[in-house]
Amino acid sequence: MTLTYRNAFLVLFVASLYILEGATDFWIFSGSWDSSLKMLSFALIGAIMALGVNLQWGFAGLFNIGVMGFVALGGLATVLVSMPTTPGAWSAGGWTILMGLILGAVTIVTAVFMLRWLPKGRMRTWLTIAFLVLGFFAFRAVFDYGVAGVEAINPAATGYLGGLNWGGENYKDYGWLTIVAWPVGGLLAAGAAWIIGKTALGLRSDYLAIATLGIAEIIIAVMKNEDWLARGVKNVNGLPRPVPYEIDLQNDPGFVEKAASYGLDPVTASTLYTKMGYVILFTIVLVILLWLAQRALNSPWGRMMRAIRDNETAAEAMGKNVTARHLQIFILGSAICGIAGAMMTTLDSQLTPTSYQPLRFTFLIWVMVIVGGSGNNFGAVLGGFLIWWLWVMVEPLGQWIAEVTTSGFAVDHWFRIRMEDAAAHFRLFTMGLVLLLVLRFSPRGLMPEK
Amino acid sequence: MDFLNALVALTNYVIVPGMAYGAQLALGALGVTLIYGILRFSNFAHGDTMAFGTAMTIMVTNGLLALGITFGPLPTALLALPFGIILTCLLVLGTDRLVYRFYRKQKAAPVILVIVSMGVMFIMNGIVRFTIGVRDIQFADGERFIISVRTFKEMTGLQEGLAIKATQGITVGVAVIVVAMLFWFLNKTRTGKSMRAFSDNEDLALLSGINPEKVVMVTWMIVAALATTAGVLYGLDKSFKAFTYFQLLLPIFASAIVGGLGNPLGAIAGGFVIAFSEVTVTYAFKKVLGYLLPESLEPSSLVQLLSTDYKFAVSFSILIIVLLFKPTGLFKGQSV
Repeated sequence: MTLTYRNAFLVLFVASLYILEGATDFWIFSGSWDSSLKMLSFALIGAIMALGVNLQWGFAGLFNIGVMGFVALGGLATVLVSMPTTPGAWSAGGWTILMGLILGAVTIVTAVFMLRWLPKGRMRTWLTIAFLVLGFFAFRAVFDYGVAGVEAINPAATGYLGGLNWGGENYKDYGWLTIVAWPVGGLLAAGAAWIIGKTALGLRSDYLAIATLGIAEIIIAVMKNEDWLARGVKNVNGLPRPVPYEIDLQNDPGFVEKAASYGLDPVTASTLYTKMGYVILFTIVLVILLWLAQRALNSPWGRMMRAIRDNETAAEAMGKNVTARHLQIFILGSAICGIAGAMMTTLDSQLTPTSYQPLRFTFLIWVMVIVGGSGNNFGAVLGGFLIWWLWVMVEPLGQWIAEVTTSGFAVDHWFRIRMEDAAAHFRLFTMGLVLLLVLRFSPRGLMPEK
Repeated sequence: MDFLNALVALTNYVIVPGMAYGAQLALGALGVTLIYGILRFSNFAHGDTMAFGTAMTIMVTNGLLALGITFGPLPTALLALPFGIILTCLLVLGTDRLVYRFYRKQKAAPVILVIVSMGVMFIMNGIVRFTIGVRDIQFADGERFIISVRTFKEMTGLQEGLAIKATQGITVGVAVIVVAMLFWFLNKTRTGKSMRAFSDNEDLALLSGINPEKVVMVTWMIVAALATTAGVLYGLDKSFKAFTYFQLLLPIFASAIVGGLGNPLGAIAGGFVIAFSEVTVTYAFKKVLGYLLPESLEPSSLVQLLSTDYKFAVSFSILIIVLLFKPTGLFKGQSV
């Protein structure tokens, strides 16, 4: 009973943090509902990612620190689904690229089968290596030819294949396609997770960690370099939106009238309206995923997962296929991260590969899960909201601390300048401190697993 | 003649940079592997420990320069290095006392220690940002070249030039000295032997009266020295930026694992394997092949296997291949 009171208090506390941000400009709060809603929509995405990591770590004890890669793949899916197809790109080289990729895949698959079927020995090794090298050069020849064709098409504006949006010039009318992109992002991430899981899941925990960390870096490197795919570091801007544009709302007399009846000017009302739209959409996704995860946790399948996590050998002795179950949950968790990544790119309306930083997209999510309570879905979600609030508010908090500690000094005193400088870097330090404190004094998190 | 030119080009662009980078990775991987051998967890804060040590060394260097002290033809940072090592020692010993010791006493699972080291990584990253900021910092001074392209061309009369930067020479020289000292320590001294015993079999080591806290303390001090040296050498050779050091974590771990986690010799071999593969795979061989092949066969493309941005992919692929086919690494490492 005390635990439920405690949980209710925690939920109320975190909710009040977001309400205060909108309601008052006292202390570090900004008093703007606009900023509160924006923070909330990012927190919802963070909570979904935390749910995915909790599935892997909390349910199955898999140590995945490549979250960033799956998030980025989700973002890529949004571009691939919702952007208009670049006219002429497919005929100029798109099909050639596809053929090149298929050729590459066939090479790898054949090599795997060669290793499996040929008799063991030095002969097999050299044959496989020679085959791989030949295959690589064939792949590069076909692939590079196609890439050159695609990237030559108006490189300043497009120079990539584009997406599946058939709207052409009016592609922004098909904003609902971005919502279609969310599950597609999940599928893309799931596909990548299957490949990674197949190769790396047999390894021990810290090897899996390094392997996922590396995969994430490679996915980002591919997205930065392969301009034909999503323009690389030139970024893709102006993605369509699932919610109406502010300017359209402001030009709609019906909306302006409605806003006036609530005593709001059209500009404020329109920004709040669109932000609220995102928050509602994201909340729906979070609630569905949370419900599914909860059902999974309390099902025989969930019990089996926890049994495997707590004692692999015993579970194996009971006839459970540990490797297959690990692969399954690794794919599911990664898919959730992919969905969240697609949602984030939708919210940003642009894909910026350079913005994917492991500290922000992998380790921060881990802090959310650990602080919230690994193994408890509600805990992970709560951690998502709390830690995201902290991540955003640490900066004003740092400035406040700098102000308080230096108020006795002259404006140009070195200590004051130093402190004001340091306030901007307060973020990572605080995150590390919170993580260490929780791990030490409340290792099961704020909402522990039952 | 053409053959010599090809050889010089290859040395200039692949072998010399590969040697320097390999030495830096080897020193980094030695730190990771020692922590793994003695404390039995993968230390994710290692990249940021390197960054901290380098930041401290840069600050001491600036202090020395302000006093008008330089190190002649050598970079002043080498003079500041011992101070950087001492400061880093204090930091890691403090971290061990405040953070890691608690979990060691509890006999926490290695994966918990890895997560703890993630927290330490955040904090160290924050400290580096507080003290020195996030800018790119060049701090190499003194002589720039051991051999410059012009002198080499004048000396040999070859068409192709060879440049060896002073920082590359210093890197290899310092690395050799450090590694020699480390192996002497591990193999000849009483403390070093007790460290190896502890790494091989903890229970037997405890039974024969080895003080675990002392072993752990000495390990952290050695790791601090290795990390700072590796960081300073990397920074002298390229430049210092906090985020780059975090990214070095991947090739460093790859080196340690490829060599066999917990095996110091393996860490060194792994460092060079990773460095040379990265440099070779991302180098454009057009020039070298141009000298070697007859004119009719001369390549028109760059003959670059992968663009330089994919160097992470190289260390990673090697890592995966080794893990799949030889999970304990090239030299026999530990597996838990």
